[in-house]
Amino acid sequence: MLDYVWLIVLFPLLGALINAFFGYRLGRRAVGAVATAAVAGSFAVAVGVLAGLLSLPPEARSVDVTLFRWIAAGSFHVNVGFLIDPLSAVMLLVVTGVGTLIHIYANGYMGHDPDYARFFTYLNLFIVGMAFLVLAGNFLLLYLGWEAVGLCSYLLIGFWYQKKSAADAGKKAFIVNRVGDFGFALGIMLIFVTFGSLGFREVFEAAPAKLQAGGAVATAITLLLFMGATGKSAQIPLYIWLPDAMEGPTPVSALIHAATMVTAGVYMVARTHALYALAPFSSAVVATVGAVTAFYAATIALVQTDIKRVLAYSTISQLGYMFLAVGVGAYAAGIFHLTTHAFFKALLFLGAGSVIHAMSGDQDMRHMGGLFKKLPVTGATFVVAWLAIAGVPPLSGFFSKDEILAAALHAGYWWLWLLGLVTAGLTAFYMSRAVFLTFFGESRVPHEAAHHVHESPASMTAPLVVLAVLAAVAGAAMGGFSRFLEPVFEGGAHEAAPDYLLMGLSVLAALAGIAVAWLTYIRRTISAEAVAARMGCLYTWMQNGYYVNELYWAVFVRPIGGLAQWLATVFDAGVVDGAVNGVAILLGGLARRLRAWQSGYIRRYALSVMVGVVIVATVALVMMRAA
Amino acid sequence: MSVPTNYYLLLSALLFLIGALGVLVRRNVLVILMSIEVMLNAVNLSLVALSAGRQVADGQALALLVMAVAAAEVAVGLALIVTIFRHQGTVDVDDIHLLKG
Repeated sequence: MLDYVWLIVLFPLLGALINAFFGYRLGRRAVGAVATAAVAGSFAVAVGVLAGLLSLPPEARSVDVTLFRWIAAGSFHVNVGFLIDPLSAVMLLVVTGVGTLIHIYANGYMGHDPDYARFFTYLNLFIVGMAFLVLAGNFLLLYLGWEAVGLCSYLLIGFWYQKKSAADAGKKAFIVNRVGDFGFALGIMLIFVTFGSLGFREVFEAAPAKLQAGGAVATAITLLLFMGATGKSAQIPLYIWLPDAMEGPTPVSALIHAATMVTAGVYMVARTHALYALAPFSSAVVATVGAVTAFYAATIALVQTDIKRVLAYSTISQLGYMFLAVGVGAYAAGIFHLTTHAFFKALLFLGAGSVIHAMSGDQDMRHMGGLFKKLPVTGATFVVAWLAIAGVPPLSGFFSKDEILAAALHAGYWWLWLLGLVTAGLTAFYMSRAVFLTFFGESRVPHEAAHHVHESPASMTAPLVVLAVLAAVAGAAMGGFSRFLEPVFEGGAHEAAPDYLLMGLSVLAALAGIAVAWLTYIRRTISAEAVAARMGCLYTWMQNGYYVNELYWAVFVRPIGGLAQWLATVFDAGVVDGAVNGVAILLGGLARRLRAWQSGYIRRYALSVMVGVVIVATVALVMMRAA
Repeated sequence: MSVPTNYYLLLSALLFLIGALGVLVRRNVLVILMSIEVMLNAVNLSLVALSAGRQVADGQALALLVMAVAAAEVAVGLALIVTIFRHQGTVDVDDIHLLKG
């Protein structure tokens, strides 16, 4: 079964090609069916791959499947080869499984959009790229998948490109990612220079021998790789593209900017854990950036009014948790949180999409309220996701988040643990706020929109239910999950005794957050407006993301834009065009001067002949004399 | 008493120079043609002188050849000049520059 792993990439590729060339001829229903079937097929194969792995003894669960030799240039060899092990199997299941559910949802959500064929083409193409990314057996293939999903992200964020803000958001995402990818590429080059190979197996096996633990090379490589991860996974300082990415259709936000693409950075750090183990400084950087980003993003989410923006900042925050985990060496915990997060965040986004659909496109929570009665399924599943992300036991979010916090504390990073705990409280608060403002309380829905509010069709609600079940029960799988991933991380799974004190604190933080939100938005004991007024400037700053966008614009975009403008007008038109035109003018002048020789005057010609004869005769004489 | 070959060569050189100057300085096309003839004959003189000095017939044979060629060349040249005169109405070389670049 493992030999058929390439089908996972083939199915969505075929789906994309069919929809790209024949989409508009096939019609709405068929296009959606083709795309969904392709991803479902990939999911089936992924399950088969899992079965294939489980049939092997744990020590042997690392299989290379090479398709063909890609580059052979002297000593530089790269194959299109896949590495199948528990980590890639888990990622595959998440990508294709959640991907299938979202494709089903998109059939309903994009039902009225005229560009449906283009949409499903891009969506399938994304699955291809993501599959390459998680299956890659070498750094170059990983980078290929990385860039491919970045491209699809650009295409899908700017799907409604006629809208300027959407087109700009797509560009922003791609450009910011490229900044990170620059570091990633440098890291890969450094790896090649150090190891002479880009294959995972060769590099990781040679790492302890070739790299000095804590040495400069190891630190440089891992920091450069992490730079790529901050771009793709929206951490400080390259997170600013993710809130704007909400311009894309909601299924896109769910799939790419919640469940799968943004987790690629976490996957990459987990995959290269052998290198991070040799660079404790970099790991500390990863963990710190993760924890700080988690807290930072949570503070911004507290005061957002657009439901999708809350979820965007929430994603940035939860990704911070995952990086905190892999930074302190708890790789299995990080991947587990990645999985549970995929479930409940996708669910939150799809639910938000359902709400927006019902609200005829309005995303402002100040215009919502009391929607639970009219949207029972959406509301119920949203509540499940809310409790999961808030970290309320026994839902999955509690288990995954708590495992991370425990790992951080046990690794000695008590200040990061504290940051994580406070963030958990903030998370519970802002999610509860979102839920209360949207689904409960009195309705603030404007009259015209109120008539249109209805529950979504089954194609949209069914995936919500499936995700809700997964978000609820996945916590039970944590033990088996860690054991399954153990061979990948060489005993990185800390099976420490459950620390009930820590668990109690986590639950307390979650309940505190929910309670404060309840008091503010349901009981109205605390006045949100009063708190906002008391906070004054700080409140405005938080609402506007601490004006980081404006900062980057002033420091980076304006100067570079000015430089580009100067280059285009002065340098290109003046210097480059000047050089080219100058050559032409020079030649023209030279020709004009030479033309004077062809005067047509015979005596001039005769004189030239005579002069030539004299010169030749002189030279001949001199040479004869010398000889 | 034979004349030393050098005297002949000097005369030949002088004649060649006079002919060359004629080609460069004179404006009448016919005079230029005549100057070319002078140059050719100067060469003939030098050929014959050297041949006589060495008691070998090669130079004199070549001189005969040169004379034949000179005659042919004059024939063609005169034909050209007559045609040009019919066209342009002048034999002043400075006024014939239709082929200028």
